[in-house]
Amino acid sequence: MRFTPRNQEEMARAVAHDIPEGWYVNLGIGLPTQIANFLPEEKDYFLHSENGLLGMGPAPAENEEDEDLINAGKEYVSLLRGGSYFHHADSFAMMRGGHIDLCVLGAYQVAANGDLANWSTGKKGAIPAVGGAMDLAVGAKKVYVMMTHQTKNGHPKIVKNLSFPVTGLSCIDRIYTEYASIDVTEEGLQVIDIVEGMTLEDLQAITDAPLILALSN
Amino acid sequence: MINKIALSIEKAIDKVSDGDTVMIGGFGNAGQPAELIDALIEHGAKHLTIISNNAGNGSHGLAALLKAGRVDKMICSFPRQHDSYVFDELYLAGKIELELVPQGNLACRIQAAGSGLGAIFTPTCYGTLLAKDKETREINGKQYVLEHPLKADIALIKAYKGDRWGNLVYRKTGRNFGPIMAMAADITIAQVQETVLLGDLNPEHIITPGIFVQNVVQV
Repeated sequence: MRFTPRNQEEMARAVAHDIPEGWYVNLGIGLPTQIANFLPEEKDYFLHSENGLLGMGPAPAENEEDEDLINAGKEYVSLLRGGSYFHHADSFAMMRGGHIDLCVLGAYQVAANGDLANWSTGKKGAIPAVGGAMDLAVGAKKVYVMMTHQTKNGHPKIVKNLSFPVTGLSCIDRIYTEYASIDVTEEGLQVIDIVEGMTLEDLQAITDAPLILALSN
Repeated sequence: MINKIALSIEKAIDKVSDGDTVMIGGFGNAGQPAELIDALIEHGAKHLTIISNNAGNGSHGLAALLKAGRVDKMICSFPRQHDSYVFDELYLAGKIELELVPQGNLACRIQAAGSGLGAIFTPTCYGTLLAKDKETREINGKQYVLEHPLKADIALIKAYKGDRWGNLVYRKTGRNFGPIMAMAADITIAQVQETVLLGDLNPEHIITPGIFVQNVVQV
């Protein structure tokens, strides 16, 4: 390949770079949690976790793990000075009521119009589960997706129309993959960043919806 | 004199009957009322409908209740875990019914029941499989799904400290569904780490006023 895909760390760094200080942010379980590692420590970011905390801090030392202090992925976390706890109705009021500036989610598919599929593959015999994904999709001011560009079998995950069950309609604002950062706009999918050495044609070849280069970076 | 502190966990759990709808607090293990669940298994009530965020993990707690065959139906938002093998097996064998509810709708419906509301409109799950057969409405140019309140006969919750009037404070992310489930059940039983004297809980800091709580039991 003439170009090198971003690794997970570089993807997380790219998203973190685009988050202004002072934003209230919910990072979905999986890949997006790594974004927290790249938010500058000297600035204030407010990490929200759906299970009832604001001001989530990094994973604690092993001897400081507290089974009453976990995140949405059921991992041990800490609370920053200034953090707070609240119950589930209040937590989801923050999410649904438009108070979260940004949530970053993983995805199975994103459609050209911003439809998101990330809760179900629709496979027969699969155990269903949805959690807070649909609330985040509909309620956050901005919703970014952080995902691999293709499935393990090489199928594009950016598609014209979803083939997996929908999580939220027209809710995605931006997609970060290992190859590019892409804005979802009224005018279509606009590529705002692409790894060095990769052309728009290369990217289009692995994307199942029309891409255009954004006019300015 | 009113004293909501139960003499024993068995006396508290005795209020559960076959066929009851039971809310169980907790998000993962945080705030899961393990001792009350064990007492419920011991008690033997069956044909229960359980409302909880998850459907148990490993083989303890809620998973043990399911494994004992006491549950006909789960109403929850996230049954699948890497170790939800008890639920998975029952579900795939058709031995347990599942109503899957988005987590925010679950919280909202529970709070609505406790608040005496008739129904609520939420934008969450509009256009998805989980809105199937549900009424929808456009309000101010945005689409909403009509959801109905979820109430229960019994709520089993875990709090941190409680007093004889039933006032409760919680501990960190162990709070989660506790305060809203306490509102939505006819009988709320709260297990606490410590019972305290009236006045020991700062009125400014009481999270669940005792009006919502029928029994407090120290474990």
